[in-house]
Amino acid sequence: MSTADIVHRDIDPYKLGHGHAGDFGGGHDYATGQGEGGPASRRVITGFGFWIFLLSDIVMFSCFFAAFAVLRGGTAGGPTGRELFETWRVAAETAFLLASSFAAGLAAVATSVRSHFWTQAFLGVTGVLGACFLFLEAQEFASFIAQGASPQHSAFLSAFFAFVGCHGLHVTLGLLWLGTMMAQVYVKGFRVSILHRLLCFNLFWHTLDIIWVAIFTVVYLMSGVP
Amino acid sequence: MSENGEEFGLNSHDVAPGVMDAPEHSIRAGVQGYLIGLGLAVLLTAASFGVVQTNQIWPPAIPIALVVLAVAQIGIHLVFFLHITTAPDNTNNILALAFGILIVALVVGGSVWIMYHLNENMMPMHQVIPAQPS
Repeated sequence: MSTADIVHRDIDPYKLGHGHAGDFGGGHDYATGQGEGGPASRRVITGFGFWIFLLSDIVMFSCFFAAFAVLRGGTAGGPTGRELFETWRVAAETAFLLASSFAAGLAAVATSVRSHFWTQAFLGVTGVLGACFLFLEAQEFASFIAQGASPQHSAFLSAFFAFVGCHGLHVTLGLLWLGTMMAQVYVKGFRVSILHRLLCFNLFWHTLDIIWVAIFTVVYLMSGVP
Repeated sequence: MSENGEEFGLNSHDVAPGVMDAPEHSIRAGVQGYLIGLGLAVLLTAASFGVVQTNQIWPPAIPIALVVLAVAQIGIHLVFFLHITTAPDNTNNILALAFGILIVALVVGGSVWIMYHLNENMMPMHQVIPAQPS
C-alpha cells in the first residue's frame, strides 16, 4: 500500500464523494439514466474540451459565412463569382482536403494500435495533401488579385477573401501543428499526453473539412447557379 | 467502464484515474469506418458537383439540393470522422453540438433573413444614384 493510499484512507475513510467503492475514488458511480457510470476517462474529457473549442471556431466561421451570404451580390460592377471561380480547381481542392482528412483518420487507427511507422507515414500523407490544397488556394488568390479582383474591389470579394482566407489560415496553422506532432511522436513516442494531442489534432483536421464542405457548397457551387 | 475498474486495481499506482484507455486493437474495424465515411463523402461531393454541372434539374431547385447534400455530408463527417455518436460517453459532445448548431442557425439564418428584408425595403439603386451630389 502506497503512502498516498494511506493518507487518502485517513482523510476520507468512507470515500465520500468518490463513488461507492474502490480505491482512489475510482469506484463505480451511478450516472442518472445511464446505468453504471463513473468518472469519465481523461481521453473523453480532453476530446470534449477540444470539441467545445472547435464549436466556438465553427461559430466564428458562421459569422464569416453569414457575411458572405449577405454580401455575395455586392460586386460593385466588378467580377462576379461565376466569372472568377474555376470548377476544376474547387474539385481538386475538395479532393485533396477530403483525402487528407481520410489519411488523418488512418493515422489515428495506426496510433490506436501503437504503430510508429504507419502513424508517421499517414501523418506525412495528411500533411502533403493539406499542402497541395493550400498551394491551389494560394494560386487562386494570387490569380484573382492579378486579375484586379482584390479584396478591396467589392464587398463580395472582401467577404470571399475573409471567409476562404480564414479557412486557409486554419489549414496553415493545422500544418504547423501537424509538423509539431510528427516531431513529438518521433521524440517522445506514444505517451498519454501525445496521444491526447493527436486526438485533438485529428478532431481539428476533420472539422476543417466540415467547414470546407460549407465553403465549396455555398461559395463556389452556388455562385455557378444561374 | 470495466477497463477503468481494472486500472484502479493492483498494477497502476503511477497513473491518475482515467488516464489510460485500453487501446483499440481492431485495425479492420477502424479502417472500415473511415472507408465508409470516405465513400459516402465522395458520393455526396460528386453529387453536389453533378447537380451544378447538369442541366437536367429545374434551376430553382439546385440551391436546395446543394444545401441538402452539404448537410448530409457534414453529418457523415461528424459520424465517421469525428466519431460523434449516441453512446453515453458522447452525450456531452452531442449537447455541445446541438448548442453550436443553434448558434450557427441563429447567426446565419438571422443575418440572411434580416438583410434580405432590408434589401427588399430599400429604394431601388437607380432612384438613389441621381439624388446624390456628384
